Amino acid sequence: MRSKTFRESYREDIRIFKTIWVKFWLVLFAVALLSLPLWADPYIIYMVNISGIAIIAAIGLNILTGLTGQISLGHSAFVALGAYTSAILASKMDMPFWLTIPAGGVVAAFFGILLGFPCLRLKGLYLAMATMSFGVVVEYGITHWESLTMGVRGISVPAPTIFGYTLGDPSKLFYVTVFFVTFLTLAAKNLARTRIGRAFVAIRDRDVAAEVIGINLTKYKVMAFAISSFYGGVAGGLYSYSTTYLHPENFTLLLSIEYIAMIIVGGLGSILGSIFGAVFLTAMPDIIKGFADFMGRQFIFLHGRYDEEWNIAAFGLLIMIFLIVEPTGLNGIWSRVKTSFKNWPFTY
Amino acid sequence: MTEGALYFLQLVISGIAVGSLYALVALGFVLIYKATDIMNFAHGEAMMVGAFICYALVVAGIPFLWAVLITTGIAMFFGLVTERLVLRPMIGEPQFAVVMVTIGLSIFLRSISGIIFGHDNKIFPSQLSDQTLVFKGLVLSYTHLWAMLISGLMVILFFLFFRYSRVGLAMRGVANDQDTAMLMGISVKRVFALTWGISFAIAAVAGIFLANVMVLNIAICLVAIKAFPAVILGGLESIPGAIIGGLVIGVLETLVGGYLDQTLPGVKDLTAFVVLFLVLMIRPYGLFGKKEIERV
Repeated sequence: MRSKTFRESYREDIRIFKTIWVKFWLVLFAVALLSLPLWADPYIIYMVNISGIAIIAAIGLNILTGLTGQISLGHSAFVALGAYTSAILASKMDMPFWLTIPAGGVVAAFFGILLGFPCLRLKGLYLAMATMSFGVVVEYGITHWESLTMGVRGISVPAPTIFGYTLGDPSKLFYVTVFFVTFLTLAAKNLARTRIGRAFVAIRDRDVAAEVIGINLTKYKVMAFAISSFYGGVAGGLYSYSTTYLHPENFTLLLSIEYIAMIIVGGLGSILGSIFGAVFLTAMPDIIKGFADFMGRQFIFLHGRYDEEWNIAAFGLLIMIFLIVEPTGLNGIWSRVKTSFKNWPFTY
Repeated sequence: MTEGALYFLQLVISGIAVGSLYALVALGFVLIYKATDIMNFAHGEAMMVGAFICYALVVAGIPFLWAVLITTGIAMFFGLVTERLVLRPMIGEPQFAVVMVTIGLSIFLRSISGIIFGHDNKIFPSQLSDQTLVFKGLVLSYTHLWAMLISGLMVILFFLFFRYSRVGLAMRGVANDQDTAMLMGISVKRVFALTWGISFAIAAVAGIFLANVMVLNIAICLVAIKAFPAVILGGLESIPGAIIGGLVIGVLETLVGGYLDQTLPGVKDLTAFVVLFLVLMIRPYGLFGKKEIERV
């Protein structure tokens, strides 16, 4: 059993890296991750990129939905706004990626504030409806404002360059993604333990009580919308560079539901949970495909029955199963396992 | 009548026809919301599943009316199972979680149906005449006339059911306050199960009807998304509200489509959502909904 976990002050209690061992494992993980392009398969690197983008978007949604309790069915709209902003800035104005990606975030955040103000009065399913209709409106906008977004023809994004050095290759874009993921994850982790994060949680638990103890609801709710959509926008910007081609069909209601599935499966209100959920659901189509191939080889009549549709069905199923059986998500399972190992042999 | 006025009237009439379809779907939302305080995002999928089952039965050679009856039975059973497996464990959970569960259910049902029934359009062996009614230059198809009739009939049935039957009263009681309803000797679980069973059965009927009017494919559940604005506009627990909301959305949509589609292509499909957003901003409880008062 591990000792010296006794904490003497509040400062120690809210520390991000609680023990030296956490730091140790994190460094080890960072080394393994950063050396990934040297030894891993290009497909794995591509998957890590995609998961990284999903992590950023999921953390954003988790700040709004998990921490602040404001349910949003319009997260894909912010991702779309970020993606199109950076794509347009990069392709029409030749701006470098380190400007266009944050610009995507800022534009998304601006729209987040625009949406946040009218949504102040709404809660629960009314808020879900309002954000859903916002998503539909944005989808309409990017489909039909053809002079700017190229509509259904899609817009192609030039490869990012820095100091005349092209980063188009997934194994080079990898470092850009990792940088943004690390930075934004740390920022979110820090945010969650400051006054702002505590205010968000207070609003989630009981908005009236939060207001009584002096939390400005307007300010913090709009702030949650802004931060969440900023994350979505940055994820969108990275997405545009990663896929190099944007089409309105990539940003439908289904994408919002995918993000919701990520944070529910990972764990609502937990940053680590968002990471778990995003990685798990990004890898899931491949898991299903592998399983389907395996089953197809075992049973002839199942051969070739795999369909993209199974992935969507799995999203739905996972949302239901986790909400019913394990509302704390993968993060809850993880911390339970961890605790039981920590306290071994005195587990109970 | 001048050309312009005739065009306008024709748009209004087509709008009412489309709106009565929305109203039919909206009624299903209201039933569940009235009894269980849950907004069922999977309602459109329940309709789609019903329509597909009926289609399969009709193709298998069962006469249409029998097929409808059997479908209703299957749908009811399906509703009971759904309630038992998915919704019952969620009793007492926050509303957010319940909403998410129904969203999960909706995309699950949609994709499973896509796997089983495929994505191609199916022509339902239509039982409704495809003739049109012409009156002083205004055109209305018989199918839409049927939609209006059935919506009207449903409203009367619902009204009588909630007003005069014991079960309807129990449902209203449960919706109002679950604890108090339990104290009065109402089995909340039974009421929930019954509500879901009935609502799935009604959804199946509506779905069969929609499949007759439109083509039958997965996209049929998207009509339900158009019915959200209708219920929100009318007020979530109001039956007349659902009808009026459906009609208003239908008329607005056709008017916008008729006059603005030239300048802004596709804006028609956006109308309902803009209305939804505006209603939520101005009067979130809708035209006839009960205003929730929060005491601090």
